[in-house]
Amino acid sequence: MDKTTNQKAWFLVLPVLILVAFSAVIPLMTVVNYAFQDTFGNNVFFWAGLSWFEDLLGSQRLWDAFYRQIAFSAIILAIEVPLGIIVALNMPKKGFWASVCLVLMSLPLLIPWNVVGTIWQVFARVDIGLLGYTLDAIGIEFNYTQNFWAAWITIIVMDVWHWTSLVALLAYAGLQSIPDAYYQAAKIDQASRWAVFRYIEFPKMLGVLMIAILLRFMDSFMIYTEPFVVTGGGPGNATTLLSIDLVKMALGQFDLGPAAAFSIMYFLVILAVSWVFYTVMTNLDKRDAQ
Amino acid sequence: MAWMAWTLPTAIFFVVIASLLVIFTVLAIRFPETPRRGILGIDTTRGDRLFITLLGSAYINLAWLGLALGPQPYALIACLVYAAAVFRFV
Repeated sequence: MDKTTNQKAWFLVLPVLILVAFSAVIPLMTVVNYAFQDTFGNNVFFWAGLSWFEDLLGSQRLWDAFYRQIAFSAIILAIEVPLGIIVALNMPKKGFWASVCLVLMSLPLLIPWNVVGTIWQVFARVDIGLLGYTLDAIGIEFNYTQNFWAAWITIIVMDVWHWTSLVALLAYAGLQSIPDAYYQAAKIDQASRWAVFRYIEFPKMLGVLMIAILLRFMDSFMIYTEPFVVTGGGPGNATTLLSIDLVKMALGQFDLGPAAAFSIMYFLVILAVSWVFYTVMTNLDKRDAQ
Repeated sequence: MAWMAWTLPTAIFFVVIASLLVIFTVLAIRFPETPRRGILGIDTTRGDRLFITLLGSAYINLAWLGLALGPQPYALIACLVYAAAVFRFV
């Protein structure tokens, strides 16, 4: 039987399209437009050609912030993903304690970014913070306002504290979807704990894990509030990540042109990485479906 | 629209992108296709290949500028070669 094709329902999407154009697409186009111009205020613009891109691509400041950003995202992913899997594997599967664990795990996710930043800003301080004071008392020098390593450790531990539960919850959801029959079969075959993880749990978790990695990558790559509240990008420029540098440039120095060019390159990196993750994810789904 | 400081080059850029999208939409309606698998080992449709081409072209242009390989318009030739390769092999 031939189905009649009628695409008129697409018109129902029109209001959303207009809204998104107004709130996202046109502002993005404006950024592209500003990236090729210079302004000294008063809304007077001058054509600057490719000079901002040229300056930025040759700018050590931008590359340093970029490497810092890559390092930050890589480190937090390297910690949060395995840790989240371990936590998920050890959470109770059902009953009262499963619910308690779930609630406890979701607590950090409910705290607003700037509050997390403030918590850690105070917590890690040497004079009044519990962590900083204790470390100082047992003889470890820890001052995130002056020491490069202390600053990095603070923002990384903070991110791990804030977001590991997201990975754990997603991995847990993946684990819950595995039917008991798989585990019974493994038991009959006398599979080791590692074999169960490697051939049953891990492949079943992979789909949600990719989502978790994508979310964590994007969020950490765009992170602003938490490190800004804790270190303000310091000491020096030690924790000036891409977004902190971008805001300094756009709002601190009011260099709209360079900041717009910066934004475009930032956006391109996120777009490329997200596309890779998305492609891997959809291909995994297709393989599962076959 | 003067207050948004639009310029002719940006307008041309977006018109080109928009027309590409329109052309590919029309193509997809007139000549429906099934995804195929190329050297990347992933299923791609014409639209996917357009996306890969545009994103890659942005990077080619930035690399051209950053490595000072020559006048910028020549980067577009590299992009065209890249586009042909993507549509042929990916």
